[in-house]
Amino acid sequence: MKSEFFQKELARAKEALPGEVVSFIEERCSKSHPESHLIAVLHKVQEKLGYLGKEHMNAVSVLMQIPAAKVTGVASFYHFFNFTPRGKNRISLCLGTACFVKGAGKVLDKLKELLAIDVGQTTQDRLFSIDVARCVGACALAPVMIVNDKVYAEVKPETVAQILGEYGFQSSKVAQITAKTTASKAGK
Amino acid sequence: MKKPMERLRELRRKAEQRLFERKYQARMRITVGSATCENAAGANEVYERLSALLKKHQLKDVVLSRVGCTGKCDMEPVVTIVSKSAIPSKYIHMKPDKVDRVFESHVLGGKPVEELTMRYAAGIHSARQVIAVCGGAHCLKGDAIALEDLFAQEVAKAGLSDHVTITSSACHGLCECGPVAFVYPENILYQKLTPDVVKKIVTQHLTGGRPVAENVWQGERLTNRFFPIFGDVHFFGKQLRVTLRNCGIIDPEDLDEYLAVGGYEAAVKVLTEMAPLDVVNAVTKSGLRGRGGGGFPTGVKWNFALSQKSDEKYIICNADEGDPGAFMDRSTIEGDPHTIVEGMIIGGYAIGSRQGYIYIRAEYPLAIQRLEIAISAARKAGFLGKKIFGTDWDFDIEIRLGAGAFVCGEETALIRSIEGERGMPRPRPPYPAVKGLWGKPTVINNVETFANIPVVILDGPEWFSSLGTEKSKGTKVFALAGKVANTGLVEVPMGTTLREVVYDVGGGIRNGKEFKAVQTGGPAGGCLPASYLDTPVDYESLAAAGSIMGSGGMIVIDEDSCMVDVARFFLDFTQDESCGKCTPCREGTKRMLEILKRITEGKGQEGDIDKLLRLADTVKRTSLCGLGQAAPNPVISTIKHFREEYEAHVREKRCPAGVCAALLCYVVDSVKCIGCGACKRKCPVQCITGKPKEAHVIDTTRCIKCGQCLEACKFDAVIRK
Ligand SMILES: Cc1cc2nc3c(=O)[nH]c(=O)nc-3n(C[C@H](O)[C@H](O)[C@H](O)COP(=O)(O)O)c2cc1C
Ligand code: SF4
Ligand code: SF4
Ligand code: SF4
Ligand code: FES
Repeated sequence: MKSEFFQKELARAKEALPGEVVSFIEERCSKSHPESHLIAVLHKVQEKLGYLGKEHMNAVSVLMQIPAAKVTGVASFYHFFNFTPRGKNRISLCLGTACFVKGAGKVLDKLKELLAIDVGQTTQDRLFSIDVARCVGACALAPVMIVNDKVYAEVKPETVAQILGEYGFQSSKVAQITAKTTASKAGK
Repeated sequence: MKKPMERLRELRRKAEQRLFERKYQARMRITVGSATCENAAGANEVYERLSALLKKHQLKDVVLSRVGCTGKCDMEPVVTIVSKSAIPSKYIHMKPDKVDRVFESHVLGGKPVEELTMRYAAGIHSARQVIAVCGGAHCLKGDAIALEDLFAQEVAKAGLSDHVTITSSACHGLCECGPVAFVYPENILYQKLTPDVVKKIVTQHLTGGRPVAENVWQGERLTNRFFPIFGDVHFFGKQLRVTLRNCGIIDPEDLDEYLAVGGYEAAVKVLTEMAPLDVVNAVTKSGLRGRGGGGFPTGVKWNFALSQKSDEKYIICNADEGDPGAFMDRSTIEGDPHTIVEGMIIGGYAIGSRQGYIYIRAEYPLAIQRLEIAISAARKAGFLGKKIFGTDWDFDIEIRLGAGAFVCGEETALIRSIEGERGMPRPRPPYPAVKGLWGKPTVINNVETFANIPVVILDGPEWFSSLGTEKSKGTKVFALAGKVANTGLVEVPMGTTLREVVYDVGGGIRNGKEFKAVQTGGPAGGCLPASYLDTPVDYESLAAAGSIMGSGGMIVIDEDSCMVDVARFFLDFTQDESCGKCTPCREGTKRMLEILKRITEGKGQEGDIDKLLRLADTVKRTSLCGLGQAAPNPVISTIKHFREEYEAHVREKRCPAGVCAALLCYVVDSVKCIGCGACKRKCPVQCITGKPKEAHVIDTTRCIKCGQCLEACKFDAVIRK
């Protein structure tokens, strides 16, 4: 008979996660080697919530009966997982070899400049976050940038603003520069 | 009950019939490439458009389907239209508006839009027939070049020069009946060519329309079942498609299409006619070596696992494809997922494993999806699960996702990761074949290795080992990317030279720039300069040249890249990916990276290069796993082949390629400057001054070296030093 304390913990854990994740865990844990499905479960949590928060990992620990330290240990080992909420639009820029050779570095600089954030950060309005990927397998079309699930091929620094525009990006800075240019043209 | 092979053949006949009625009988077949790269290039929009147009016009005799990637990534999206007895039209760089044009003219009007096709780009669009004379080594010995010339003469004599194009193709593995030549669009393969036969082909076939029956090759091989489906094999030029035999040809989401090209026959043959040891021996005899990088003989590995006594064994397909710049495995899975399933069934039976796992990186959602579809279709057909194919053998496959850790491609780390742990390698021995997943004997093979297995079984180990070089058999798939004109996926016989891959298949360097290096093997490999271009691609030759075969990433680097920066890039990667378990790798790569960074920032000191080499040697010798052992390779090879570039950074504080920002200096050439002010407006830190129509000046102390002025100036007046 499981203790009352444990039952309470279990109920709390179930509440901390979306129902879909809970049933995913239950399904996976009924198979052989249940603990081996930890990474799949973490993928599921991140897919649904966008990141792995402390409370989510604790809930996974309770539901899968794996020590919390191990859950965080495993999660932190893999680059794919992130621990802070991402922006509404997740930008992932490939910095694999082909993209690097084709100038992805300059695209990244442009992204950082336009959004005024660094890799791993989210803009204040929570609209965008930047992450870097290591090759998404579209090297022939490098440099490659992914926004949410859409893959953009042959991205250039000049086209970044336009792509971001599709996701509601408006840069006062960009507007300023264009305004200046027009002004000086007019002045001639 | 029916015998398994009879049952499979019946399924195949049904599949063929269905496809024949629905597809091959159709007046016109349209295929749209659909893989991660194709979709990124806009293939989905193109497909939707075509589908809408077909619906609107209610064309019942035209079928539309998706196929994987044929490897011509720089021309994507590619749309192929195959009509009976015509050379297929392959439309490149398709966009919805071009689709409208092609639909109007070609699909409705029967008139191809030549100027949008690949053949037009290649300058051979006027030909109605193509003769491709095999240019493989065996056929060349049979004087294929003279035969090619003779074809040209005879064709000219017959007055057909405008309609017949003569080219050379790669070895098609038919050496025993060489010299051979293909004629399209009839898809006739002529064997045992002699000058007399050539003359006869021109007079009787090309002029008279009657093929020279006695010289037509009639055999059937897995690797050429696709000829009639695809239409024009000479499309592949110097390539030979063994691993990729179905990629870009069949619909990867339709099991029937795989069955129609002989799918699962190798699996049934193995399960019903061969003992496990026979399978292992066949693989050993074929000379197949692991395609994941190490090149370990696959048969030997399987034999090791077969001889282990254990109630449970596992077979794992390594689809982690960690090399950041490689996409062979992704393309193979996206284009032909059933091949992997079949290869694993055979491997499982050979070693005595009833459970397989595919460990695939989470960054490949489309490949994962196609695998899931394939696995569930195979289960439904009774090819996976209990008593597969109606035999007594049970076998099933589960997919496990990676999570972005390069080290998990290493086999012991991969096993830890499948077990749900941190993916840290452990010392070997014991090898996984003895003690692997959950402590049981386990075989791990790469995607491409598995894709070769059905060929080895059905076309035979003798045939397989007739391809390639003495020690490296078969073909190798490369993901060609970087500054090469034709980026994409290529498959060539082992022993083909780097030059042939980069220039003949890859079309040379983009934008007329200078070739500088070719990188193979990713972060574990090296960079080879122009003087090594004649190195044949095989395991030993590449290693001797200071690089490695690796898993198949091949990045072409031109004069615009700085080799010190390239080395820094790779070390940055491995340093970050080091799991930290052992000191030489964890600390050594960090020290090396520091030195490289210092050099690229112009703070390099005399002796740094030798220090790098000493550290590299220690890290290589004392690291626990392949990651650390190979991490210094990019540094060593760039120092070996491009030492003068390192020296320019250290001694002259100069980056010859003009890449390392800290070493650059932007100035205005006062003679060329016309004072248009374009640079001034672009400069983000406003450090350019000057009156209109007068020479401008850059304040180098405030310049952040962003290079925008250089791009802005239309008069080449801004100079980067
Ligand atoms: C750091 C590291 C990364 C590796 N990454 C991969 C990989 O992504 N794919 C792969 O097939 N093999 C990879 N390998 C090689 C595997 O350890 C293993 O040798 C291979 O999967 C065996 O299959 P094969 O014999 O068919 O080549 C890697 C090895 C190391 C040391
Ligand atoms: S060599 Fe590097 S990656 Fe391999 S075990 Fe040691 S620290 Fe980990
Ligand atoms: S390199 Fe950039 S910062 Fe320097 S002068 Fe040119 S535009 Fe201005
Ligand atoms: S853009 Fe070129 S020509 Fe115009 S002011 Fe600048 S340096 Fe001179
Ligand atoms: S290197 Fe960027 S997609 Fe492969």
